Amino acid sequence: MTNTDRERHRERETAFYLFTQQRLPACKPVLTPAWVITIFLFTGFIFIPVGLVTLRASRSVVEIVERYDTECVPEPFRIDKVSYVQDDSIPKNCSLSLKVRKYMKAPIYIYYQLDNYYQNHRRYVKSRSDRQLLHGWKYHATSSCQPVEFNNNQPIVPCGLIAWSLFNDTFTFIRERAELKVNRKNIAWKSDRDHKFGKTVYPFNFQNGTLIGGGKLNPRIPLSDQEDLIVWMRTSALPSFRKLYGRIEEDLDADDVVVVHLMNNYNTYGFGGKKKLVLSTSSWLGGKNDFLGLACVFVGSSSVILAIVFMLLHLKSRRPYGDPSYLPWNRKSFSG
Amino acid sequence: MAGGRRRKLALSKIYGIACGKASFKEDHSQIGRPGFSRVVYSNEPDCFEAGIRNYCDNYVRTTKYTAATFLPKSLFEQFRRVANFYFLVTGILSFTRLAPYSAVSAIVPLIIVIGATMIKEGVEDWRRKQQDIEVNNRKVKVHQRDGNFHYSEWKNLRVGDIVKVEKDEFFPTDLVLLASSYEDAVCYVETMNLDGETNLKLKQALEVTSSLNDDYNFRDFKAIIKCEDPNANLYSFVGTMEFEEQQYPLSPQQLLLRDSKLRNTDYIYGVVVFTGHDTKVIQNSTDPPSKRSKIEKKMDRIIYLMFFIVFIMGFVGSIFFGVATENDLENGRIKKRWYLRPDSSEILFDPKRAPAAAIYHFLTALLLFSYFIPISLYVSIEIVKILQSIFINQDIHMYYEEADKPAHARTSNLNEELGQVDTILSDKTGTLTCNSMEFIKCSVAGTAYGRGVTEVERAMDRKKGSPLVHEKLKVQNHIEDSTDINPTIKGFNFKDERIMNGNWVDEPCADVIQKFFRLLAICHTAIPEVDEDTGKVSYEAESPDEAAFVIAAREVGFEFHKRTQTSISLYELDPVSGRRVDRLYKLLNVLEFNSSRKRMSVIVRNEEGKLLLLCKGADSVMFERLAKGGRDFEEDTREHMNEYADAGLRTLVLAYRELSEDENKAFNEKFTEAKNSVSADRETLIDEVADQIERDLILLGATAVEDKLQNGVPDCIDKLAQAGIKLWVLTGDKMETAINIGYACSLLRQGMKQVIINLDTPEIQSLEKTGEKDAITKASRKSVLEQILQGTAQVTALSAMSEAFALIIDGKSLAYALEDDMKKMFLELAIGCASVICCRSSPKQKALVTRLVKSGTGKTTLAIGDGANDVGMLQEADIGIGISGVEGMQAVMSSDVAIAQFRYLERLLLVHGHWCYRRISSMICYFFYKNITFGFTLFLYEAYASFSAQPAYNDWYLSLYNVFFSSLPVIAMGVFDQDVSARFCLKFPLLYQEGVQNVLFGWRRIVSWMFNGFYSAIIIFFFCSKALEHQAFNHAGKTAGLEIFGGTMYTCVVWAVNLQMSLSISYFTLIQHIAIWGSIAFWYLFQVVYGFLPPSFSTNAYRVFIEALAPAPSYWLTTLFVVIATLIPYFLYSAIQMRFFPMYHGMIQWIRHEGHSNDAAYVEMVRQRSIRPTTVGSTARRVARSTHQR
Repeated sequence: MTNTDRERHRERETAFYLFTQQRLPACKPVLTPAWVITIFLFTGFIFIPVGLVTLRASRSVVEIVERYDTECVPEPFRIDKVSYVQDDSIPKNCSLSLKVRKYMKAPIYIYYQLDNYYQNHRRYVKSRSDRQLLHGWKYHATSSCQPVEFNNNQPIVPCGLIAWSLFNDTFTFIRERAELKVNRKNIAWKSDRDHKFGKTVYPFNFQNGTLIGGGKLNPRIPLSDQEDLIVWMRTSALPSFRKLYGRIEEDLDADDVVVVHLMNNYNTYGFGGKKKLVLSTSSWLGGKNDFLGLACVFVGSSSVILAIVFMLLHLKSRRPYGDPSYLPWNRKSFSG
Repeated sequence: MAGGRRRKLALSKIYGIACGKASFKEDHSQIGRPGFSRVVYSNEPDCFEAGIRNYCDNYVRTTKYTAATFLPKSLFEQFRRVANFYFLVTGILSFTRLAPYSAVSAIVPLIIVIGATMIKEGVEDWRRKQQDIEVNNRKVKVHQRDGNFHYSEWKNLRVGDIVKVEKDEFFPTDLVLLASSYEDAVCYVETMNLDGETNLKLKQALEVTSSLNDDYNFRDFKAIIKCEDPNANLYSFVGTMEFEEQQYPLSPQQLLLRDSKLRNTDYIYGVVVFTGHDTKVIQNSTDPPSKRSKIEKKMDRIIYLMFFIVFIMGFVGSIFFGVATENDLENGRIKKRWYLRPDSSEILFDPKRAPAAAIYHFLTALLLFSYFIPISLYVSIEIVKILQSIFINQDIHMYYEEADKPAHARTSNLNEELGQVDTILSDKTGTLTCNSMEFIKCSVAGTAYGRGVTEVERAMDRKKGSPLVHEKLKVQNHIEDSTDINPTIKGFNFKDERIMNGNWVDEPCADVIQKFFRLLAICHTAIPEVDEDTGKVSYEAESPDEAAFVIAAREVGFEFHKRTQTSISLYELDPVSGRRVDRLYKLLNVLEFNSSRKRMSVIVRNEEGKLLLLCKGADSVMFERLAKGGRDFEEDTREHMNEYADAGLRTLVLAYRELSEDENKAFNEKFTEAKNSVSADRETLIDEVADQIERDLILLGATAVEDKLQNGVPDCIDKLAQAGIKLWVLTGDKMETAINIGYACSLLRQGMKQVIINLDTPEIQSLEKTGEKDAITKASRKSVLEQILQGTAQVTALSAMSEAFALIIDGKSLAYALEDDMKKMFLELAIGCASVICCRSSPKQKALVTRLVKSGTGKTTLAIGDGANDVGMLQEADIGIGISGVEGMQAVMSSDVAIAQFRYLERLLLVHGHWCYRRISSMICYFFYKNITFGFTLFLYEAYASFSAQPAYNDWYLSLYNVFFSSLPVIAMGVFDQDVSARFCLKFPLLYQEGVQNVLFGWRRIVSWMFNGFYSAIIIFFFCSKALEHQAFNHAGKTAGLEIFGGTMYTCVVWAVNLQMSLSISYFTLIQHIAIWGSIAFWYLFQVVYGFLPPSFSTNAYRVFIEALAPAPSYWLTTLFVVIATLIPYFLYSAIQMRFFPMYHGMIQWIRHEGHSNDAAYVEMVRQRSIRPTTVGSTARRVARSTHQR
């Protein structure tokens, strides 16, 4: 054993010794007023600027939200919207005109928003077959897709409730009589396109049943290119959600009027859901949501206030730390 | 043997050994009947008759499992725990379609958790197996054939084998003694392991076999022993031996029990009668009661509460779910959520059968909300406890170097219970004292000799703390040490240059001194053993104090070296010639010691032919027996004795008288007559005769023997008293001894009111003479009741004046006091007293008192003892502590923690106990907090998912939460956290009250932590859902789906619970940092790795982190904001508490932090904050003394 070896050995032993004797070097923080005040102030000074920056980002986003589910039902049908929407013989087209209030820089994202739609219902979430989406109808174990699994003893590709209830309203945008080009590529996550939806899997026997749910798919386009479906199949977390429809890759100026021609196919009337069309720019942070910024500012400023209050309390009452009158065993009368 | 064989003494003739032949007559008639059917064919274990009886072998098994039973039995044990059973049920259900998550993800954690526990069980049992193997493979000499003895393993012994056991070996089975190395076939047996008594017991073989004391004698030996069946009674044995066609009765006198040890005898021969599990010791050993700590019991209740919450949540969810499901369909037509296809649904979601669907949903909800119950709780606690026990075992401050004995936590179940002890019940001998007596002082002819310092005086001096005293003592010790030739002689601690080295001859009363030590050298029943090589003499005595006297006499120059049946020989210093001369004293009569006489005498004739009666005894009986002319030094002697008694010493008065020939003759006649009488009152007769002659004595002086307290006992008791722990002493000793020790360890002091309960009243004594049992019982009960009531009245009357009381009760009275109708009153009285001493109590009574305290007060009791007589008490108490100092292992084997010295109790309780209590209770609270935080976000999410039991998180996120992302920091806390360091724990003993009062694990604290969990979950869920509502999640305009929402929220939960941990611990070692930050880092790492697994496995978590979460600033911002916002309320709460309402440990943290620890006055101020003034211990004693002086 060389000298260094021995030393190392001894070192290890001391560390182990300290461990067994529970005397490992440790820091023992005590919540002294100084620390408390520092921490609160620090939180405040971090959160207020962060909140302001976040708020700015959110405010920089221009967003147009237009609810259209009621307006797009012609007056006579408004009593029974469900039968209107289920009646294929009635044309469903509808026009909206949106006024751009502020300059919107491209890309402008187009979303449809659904409310009161439980995409997160367990029956719904489970009703898909990832393997089938990737491998096609060769993959048979699709019992999770029930009841949208087979039709006429033929497997349905893509199976399951989610695909079956695909959103199928369509939108076209016209500005000053010129159609705005809507880019509907790259609206889904890349990993989905590449790894979850097969490039050689084509829709088969889809929406051929007696009960037609939502949109149909072009059987000649592989699933990996059916981005509407891919977006739709990433189920939402909450019953009110937006999904990306496409991008307008031209700037919109303030006071522009955009006319939207849409096909109001999708039935949200049955369960009282709302449909909205959203046009939004995006910031580095994403879309428009003031909550995070406001909450940060709020938490930050309350931290600062707490720090001040705490400091005042601390200075005002110089209670000796040794006062035992409120120790639990002195509070109770001790009888035995 | 190197030292040569010792002389063989016909010892049986010195002690009147009664073999009890007469008294067993009636029992022997039962032999052969049921219950007495055993037949042992000695020396022919192979014969046909022995074969058909098929007695069990000598293999002893103490393991819980065997290879075959391990799996089913330990699984059964595991699933007996209600939480584990629940997880088993959910695990099974997760294979059905009810499960909201995949079965594998639910089963894996369960397997990990159960597997870890089972491995632990297995390892523990394997260790026990190793122990078994060691014991079973010990070797003993067994007779093979033709008089040859060969070594064989214990496990191979069979009934009927002849074995030869040699000195200091354990008996391998229960044997019938045939012969020994002594002519009269006696042998000495140490039964320490059985009953904890250290004195040797004498056993003697039948006379007919006593000649078989050599190997070749067994060539043709044949005997048939018929005896009782195996039973647990250690003190009875009924059998007959058929030897050479004669029947001889066998009694316990011939039975050598397994686990006792052969002492002072070179070898013995014996026949194996009971083997293995038939032996009395093993029949006696009951399965140790499995103890659970109070905290664990409470934890069970918390788990039930959690079940209740889970059921409520499931129930509420099911109602909402049922209603929503039913509304989807109307008259068979789709009404609402068509996208769920309510028209063609399986039962779980079928609107047509909505109530059934709701019930199924309830089950699903139970599966989903199983995350409320921490699956890893049990196993984490077990891991933590094992590590805590390792700390206890490894603690260098509880390691007894002299005996190479560390502390040993034998069960890890009770670590935290050590922090809640309210009452300690302690044995005395071997626990408080070392069971060694030291001759330390004496008063001869009215002069006090002896400069030794007792442990008590030392403790008092230390407390006074005046450096001057220390200096003085040191100097003194120094001088003494240098002059002392034999600094360490066991049993002798007498230091006085006036006496030692023959200087006594120059003292003014040299003749009295001579008589004094001569008396010590003659008046005893000890046996000398001369080592023939060195010529040194050592002594075997009945009691250690007797040995101390003989040794003292030897050291002063009166060396007792030979005893025959009729004489005692001394080497003594002739003061005239100054030479050592051998003098012989003819021993005429021995008037033995007993508890009623409280004295012993011998009558001897010296070489000059003078008859002397030498007497030593307790002062209470001796002073009244002095002659008128023999009271010269009475005043001084009394005064010295009082001093000695207050210093905790045992005192005896020595006196003598000269007898005339006539007197002696008359006495001898009467005495012999009395001894030979066979009437029932033989004892009384003897006493009366002895009483006549032990009169008109001449006082010589008094001795003081220190029943040596173990090192540091008074200090330790003082600390425990300051910590508010009550100490009861339960001892088998006499009342006087017990009181002495009480003084010695400051449980009693001058000025304390003593309430003594005993049955030594004259009426009862007179009743006892009549022998009417009923009357005695009745009178005794009445008397005890009266004394208890009186005592209670006294205590209540004077307690207002902060008078301290001590209760002293003896065994006989205790028997009545523990009866059902009286025990409540007794307990009440005992609780009112500052110290309680129960003397003369039997092992059973010790256990009963323990049970009374435990169930009567509902507080945690701790019993500490070293002997087998304490086993009952140790098992009965909430915690049993065995002292492993001396050889006896019985107490240690049945204890929960073994320590080598009583003083380690201080550290064990105040440091380890406090820490463990704090750690475990914080740990459990935290466990529930973290699981509520996690589980409740699931529930809140349900409310937004139509209560369909869709988990917010990915399956594997769910199942690994408890195992990977939140468990390690808790374990680290449970192992390492320290509120204050060991030094401060000991400096502020009152800190211990946090455990006794259960401040850290009261319902208030538990519920607060749960509340913390609920609001954390609420903040996390709502802030996350608000922040990620429906706007674009990233720059590329993508919105947040379930997987992003779940991932973000999960990240927030992981951060929040781990940071919460870092806020709530007060001791950060590197390990804590690794555990906390490592858990968080591991979560990110896990996301990456898991995200790269194929989508079929990772499902909706596929590449979520890499692709969506990590590049998005809103993910990080949301995490930061939500986590901080979640923690601020708790931080504020603990800051305010720490600053304005610190708990006791908080105050100590302040002291440490602000460097007040050197400010003595300040520290004292904090320390003095007591529940009530400490009434026992040396501090209290000092305080009492100083107020008294004022």
